[in-house]
Amino acid sequence: MTVSGEPRVPRTLTYAEAVNDALHVAMASDPSVICYGLGVDDPKTIFGTTKGLQTRFGDQRVFDMPTAEAAMTGVAIGAALGGMRPVMVHQRLDFFLLAMDQLVNGAAKWHYMFGGQRSVPITIRLILGRGWGQGPTHSQSLHAWFAHIPGLKVVMPTNPEDAKGLLLASIFDPNPVLFLEHRWLHNTMGSVPEGDYRIPLGKARQLREGDAVTIVSMSYMTVEALHAVDHLRQSDVHCDLLDLRTVSPLDWDAVFASVRRTGRLLVLDTAAETGSIAGEIAARAAIECWTLLKSAPQRIAMPDIPEPTSFGLTRGLHPRAEHIVAAVAALVGKQIGVDELVARRTVPHDVPGDWFKGPF
Amino acid sequence: MRATTLETSTALEPVLARALLFQMKRIRFVEEEIARRYPEGLMRCPTHLSIGQEAVAAAVGAVLRRDDLAVGTHRAHAHYLGKGGSLRAMLAEIYGKVTGCSRGRGGSMHLIDLDVGFEGSTAIVGNSIPIGVGLALAAQLRGTDQVSCVFVGDGAIEEGVFYEAANFAVVRRLPVVFLCENNLYSVYSPLSVRQPPGRSIHGLAAAVGLATDHGDGNDVDEVYVKTAAAVGRVRAGEGPCFLEYATYRWREHCGPNYDNDIGYRTEAEYLAWRERDPVMLYERKLVAAGVFTEAGIDVMQVEIEQEVSDAFRFAEDSPFPEPAEAFEHVYC
Repeated sequence: MTVSGEPRVPRTLTYAEAVNDALHVAMASDPSVICYGLGVDDPKTIFGTTKGLQTRFGDQRVFDMPTAEAAMTGVAIGAALGGMRPVMVHQRLDFFLLAMDQLVNGAAKWHYMFGGQRSVPITIRLILGRGWGQGPTHSQSLHAWFAHIPGLKVVMPTNPEDAKGLLLASIFDPNPVLFLEHRWLHNTMGSVPEGDYRIPLGKARQLREGDAVTIVSMSYMTVEALHAVDHLRQSDVHCDLLDLRTVSPLDWDAVFASVRRTGRLLVLDTAAETGSIAGEIAARAAIECWTLLKSAPQRIAMPDIPEPTSFGLTRGLHPRAEHIVAAVAALVGKQIGVDELVARRTVPHDVPGDWFKGPF
Repeated sequence: MRATTLETSTALEPVLARALLFQMKRIRFVEEEIARRYPEGLMRCPTHLSIGQEAVAAAVGAVLRRDDLAVGTHRAHAHYLGKGGSLRAMLAEIYGKVTGCSRGRGGSMHLIDLDVGFEGSTAIVGNSIPIGVGLALAAQLRGTDQVSCVFVGDGAIEEGVFYEAANFAVVRRLPVVFLCENNLYSVYSPLSVRQPPGRSIHGLAAAVGLATDHGDGNDVDEVYVKTAAAVGRVRAGEGPCFLEYATYRWREHCGPNYDNDIGYRTEAEYLAWRERDPVMLYERKLVAAGVFTEAGIDVMQVEIEQEVSDAFRFAEDSPFPEPAEAFEHVYC
């Protein structure tokens, strides 16, 4: 949806710049949007995502905060009830776990438990860590937790264009929205339109088309899936690749339509396997599309362990394109080599690219 | 602010005094009627009564403007009524009816009346504290002169979120009044197992940087005078404050009965507090001062009983929401 009449000239931006652009557009168009979190105005500006906001919009609307994740989430709820549209940010999702009472008992319930009289339009940006020793408490993908709570929306964009359009949609959505940014995506480049455009929450995006296997993915796993799908094409195996973009609400129509066409499903997830969104998708696809399935649904997720810190311990831990290729090959009964795919990767396993030099 | 030197034994203006007594007696009668009718099994939700604690709610409600904001706790009937919340909608909510203030979604612990700025009460101890602070942040950003009142009990002062929220209110000089009713118990746990000897709750609040005052929560005049002074300063932009009033819950933590026999407190302690019944004390005071006669108080009681009886009838006669409504309003 295009809200303003501004021209939508595409430019090439990084994912982090696209997030920053969305915040500038939102704050410029609506004085009720406020932005706060630990470090929003520090020299690093949350990986560049909050750059320039305080200078442009002032320290009443853009501010650093006490190290008080729980209360500041409640403050966001109260400010929203008072007519503001708060956008909070946490440099890791894991820090936000201190605020679960406010999120689950407060934000998620307010509209429902008071009979639909008030809404809580807050957006909470959460950054997912991976690699470079992020370890047990800086790397958790807990979107399935959040999606389990009725009343919350959960957004996980993959590319810069979607990051901007979905963040604008999240900020102006009347419900509490958790907006999960994978740290490994912040430097990815893409074409991003100018101005205010909003991508509806709950609509998946078809990134590749094919009839062999349906691959459903989200966030960083979609990057691995793109490498895999393009590699598979060389072996004449063409996959449907659906990037969910939001996991709550989830675009079930798109998932089922694709599965009915291909008869085979592989779901990718950045989270631990048990109780995952991938598991929910596999289950529902089996229930809804049973007679059309040619094989059992498959999933690739993280093992059910905390993520260790050591460079040595994380070797081979995260699912990558070659694992996706192998899973698809097994589904279609083909032998497909992955050596070329693996050889193309020139950086160590614990970084997304040469640009990433730590520390987090 | 420092311990007040105001002369609080002087009776307030007769019109105000009448309003305070009326509100206390009204809250008392509503709660006693709930207790009396609860065994009928028609109010099917956890219910925390405020009997014995009416003075704070009546006085604070009288101090606050209609457009001031308030959030409350699991024990919120008195706060809601004191702020001016609809009695009919509250009772209908406790009965689970579609005419309830939350359309039967919340029950006794989730009261709301937006017409009078009662923004909601919630059932998790400490949960509504930062929400009340956020309401104050919005008021400050929007440039209104509204004050946000956060009702808490002594238990909530042990929650970390209180310190986080109070600190932020101090940092931003937000227009918040933290209104603490210290009734000595967190469910059945006395202060003696929760705080070291000699520590005061308002002292903790002062250490965070809040202006504080404290007083007798069973003396409605004292609560009114101290709260009015504090709210005036908060409204003038002097920053948030914390008021602690000592009071006592007469009945069990949750439910309609007395529970002095189960061993967590003594009958003697209860009887001592009952001697200091805020409603009775104020009636005597106003009669002695010539503001009221005994007959005048009887007339007031009749008026209250008529209103409460009508409200219960409304609640009982209202329909339940349809089961399908349970699936509405998950998202806005």
